[in-house]
Amino acid sequence: MDYTPHTAADIAQMKEFIGIASLEELFADIPEKFRLKHLPDLPAALSEQETMTLLNVISGKNQIPRLTLTGAGAYRHFIPAVVGHITARSEFYTAYTPYQAEISQGILQAIYEYQTMIARLTGTQIANASMYDGASAMAEAAVLSAKTLNRNKIITARSVHPAYRSVVRTYSWANGYEVVEIPFNKSGQVDLTALQKELTQNVAAVLVQSPNFFGVIEDIAPVADTVHEQGAFLVAGFTEGTALGILKPAGEAGADFVVGEGQSFGNPLNYGGPYLGILAAQEKFLRRIPGRLVGATVDKNGNRGFVLTLQTREQHIRREKATSNICSNEALCALAAGIYLAALGKNLQKLALLNVQKAQYLKSQLLKTAGWQELFTAPVYNEFTLKCPDPRKANEKLLQEGISGGYELQNDYPELANTLLFCATEMLTKEDIDSVAAILK
Amino acid sequence: MDLIFEKSKQGRSAVDIQPNDVPAVAIEAVIDKKYLRNELDLPEIAEVDLIRHYTNLSRRNFGVDLGFYPLGSCTMKYNPKINENAAALPGFTSLHPYAADGLAQGNLQLLYEMQKYLCEIFGMAEFTLQPAAGAHGELTGVMMIKKYFAKKGEKRHRILIPDAAHGTNPASGALCGFETVMLPSNAEGGVDIDHLKSLMTADTAALMLTNPNTLGLFERNIEEVARIVHGKGGLLYGDGANANAYLGIARPGDIGFDVIQLNLHKTFSTPHGGGGPGSGPVGVGKALVDFLPVPRITKMEAGYFWSDDFPDSIGRMRAFYGNFNVIVKAYTYIRSLGAEGLKRATEMAVLNANYIKEKLKSYFELPYDRICMHECVFSGKRQVAESGVHTTDIAKRLIDFGYHPPTIYFPLIVPEAIMIEPTETESKETLDAFCTAMIAIAGEAKANPQQLKNAPLSTAINRLDEVTAARKPDVCWKGN
Repeated sequence: MDYTPHTAADIAQMKEFIGIASLEELFADIPEKFRLKHLPDLPAALSEQETMTLLNVISGKNQIPRLTLTGAGAYRHFIPAVVGHITARSEFYTAYTPYQAEISQGILQAIYEYQTMIARLTGTQIANASMYDGASAMAEAAVLSAKTLNRNKIITARSVHPAYRSVVRTYSWANGYEVVEIPFNKSGQVDLTALQKELTQNVAAVLVQSPNFFGVIEDIAPVADTVHEQGAFLVAGFTEGTALGILKPAGEAGADFVVGEGQSFGNPLNYGGPYLGILAAQEKFLRRIPGRLVGATVDKNGNRGFVLTLQTREQHIRREKATSNICSNEALCALAAGIYLAALGKNLQKLALLNVQKAQYLKSQLLKTAGWQELFTAPVYNEFTLKCPDPRKANEKLLQEGISGGYELQNDYPELANTLLFCATEMLTKEDIDSVAAILK
Repeated sequence: MDLIFEKSKQGRSAVDIQPNDVPAVAIEAVIDKKYLRNELDLPEIAEVDLIRHYTNLSRRNFGVDLGFYPLGSCTMKYNPKINENAAALPGFTSLHPYAADGLAQGNLQLLYEMQKYLCEIFGMAEFTLQPAAGAHGELTGVMMIKKYFAKKGEKRHRILIPDAAHGTNPASGALCGFETVMLPSNAEGGVDIDHLKSLMTADTAALMLTNPNTLGLFERNIEEVARIVHGKGGLLYGDGANANAYLGIARPGDIGFDVIQLNLHKTFSTPHGGGGPGSGPVGVGKALVDFLPVPRITKMEAGYFWSDDFPDSIGRMRAFYGNFNVIVKAYTYIRSLGAEGLKRATEMAVLNANYIKEKLKSYFELPYDRICMHECVFSGKRQVAESGVHTTDIAKRLIDFGYHPPTIYFPLIVPEAIMIEPTETESKETLDAFCTAMIAIAGEAKANPQQLKNAPLSTAINRLDEVTAARKPDVCWKGN
């Protein structure tokens, strides 16, 4: 397939106009020795039909589970039809970053509305236009804290998603910051005594997650108090956005930054990306936070309009002094999230409650399996951990029936041998859950 | 237009939730009340009004499908529709990132082959597809450079960056704890060799070079540049933002680049989504392969597998494997075009840029009058001097003619810069019509400068008060 519209006559006319005899002359600045003598060795071009056949074959090699009990940072939720219909409008998806506000009011207003919804959900005053994903949002909040306070130690709860902790370590290493982990207690929440012990004067940020990687809801307020006593910032993360439909927002409980993954808000699983990094913060960080921010203002006729604002934080103005290097973000995923949240409205609470019900029922049914037992005592949202005699065998049994099972915690937590992390969303019916229980019996 | 919140009315909703079908538990019995929120302040709106709200918003947005979008450095080529259809296949969209490798063989094959294709196109030893955007790729590349020297036990704390570079380059260097040193350009807009020689010290880790540079000019002395950098034990980093200038013509790996980051949303035709998602793969030469982010794909007899077992890796740059769905679109593009199609795309992109340059150079000042690559940079200096019209006025007036303006005021080394990147997917008729509009605007600048200063005249919203927006920031609606 070829998407270039020029005819041979067009090319001849243009060459003549430019004053070149051959197209090679256009590349005269590339030293001769570096100009390729042969084309790169790639598969031959395909027609549109052949390409579609090929992609169908490749996607057909994947096996999509009939049911999924896997969460662990990515969640299967129902996506209302309105989301896809709007994000498929090419006025939105074929646009670049809204540098020219007059012809970008659509995405600018949609992002402003998204920022507002996120701030309200997280109990903060401000939210940016998006980050790459929940993990990088958390890492950037940690680095920003260290730079703001001029301190060099980051504390992360061990109950934070393992991949998120890994990203935080990568970003911190590059800046020479030390990363220390604090354990969880028997209830599955942050061990406050251990936190106090590690909270030395050089700690810039403490990272927690709620619901945490085990699905356990953290008690943010006492953690925030402890962190603030030492003048450090609390970064509260989340991976399952729908939990915000019922949980007290971390921003209200005292978190300085609320960061997380917005995939649950109308974005498909997509094998891990693109996802939506959410970054919200208290008002005082407005001129410090990374990423694009849309602000409301007026045009010269007094009409309300929207622009990218406070750009002096950003790389294209501040260069090496910028608060981050982020440029492209996940605008279309943020648009999807905005549509999703507006579509659900207060029904997000209903949806969250339904998730709690499904998870409680799944847990009660799994606990009927011989030898399975609960691990943590603190309340959970739609994920929970269970100890079982042979997690691998259990998952194999489920997979044979087309069901993706629990996440095996042992790989990331050697101290949690024989433990599975399960997730139940609104996508599971009672019948589905009963069939899972029957398979494991 | 009213905000979605202003259209909200208590009791409405666009999505209903099915009744609970499992034995109910009381919420307070499983989650203590202290953890629960009091209110949920989201808009309440009926489906039809929700659809109209966003549809009307979309009508206030300009995308490539509406018209010519010559935004320099952003490669706003047409986004083929088959890419969207391929990426929307349920086989690609429905898999959980923690699905067992055995279930994800299609995805893994696609990612593995994509890496191989990129290696072949760019002449690199290995690629990672993990970074979510170009700047994320830069950060990844610079971290690998840092790790490379850490592993060698060399203390190098500086990175050289030309003054014409994208702002992401110095920001990426700084975010990795490097001191960034500005390298001035020479009169031709290229690397000043003498400056490079004096600044390329033994404690300099790398030179971050965009080639062709942001003036759209290929670095003629690239061989010597690479020799100087490598001669001091440093690494040559390539910003691949402008890769649309040499696909199938030359390969950064052959030229001496040790690291290069790409932007699939520019060069490989994936749509930019109004700000993202992008995808920023990073390619490396042999010396840096060990430092690539984890996990990486390995191919074995039984199939493809993820592996974390690379002890020298910089680690993870994000959760999971990258913007997979964007990569599917870029893969589809490469398979559609093949090597010949990629080369033709580059040739047509460069032809189009030179055509515009020749057509407009007697109307707008052209600071570097030589064959350009995929984009050309003019200066609005003449219009400022003659009639007090600035580049921003020219850009805003272009909107009235139905075009997205070019990139303006960048690169910083060209005053009043107008950076035009037509891309290969535009017809001669489109280019001619655009040039006619630019020439008409040059005429208006002389005859009726106020017309330009008032522009755009055709949009629902006129120029916005950005100063007030920054002075009294309103980033979240405080009403009801």
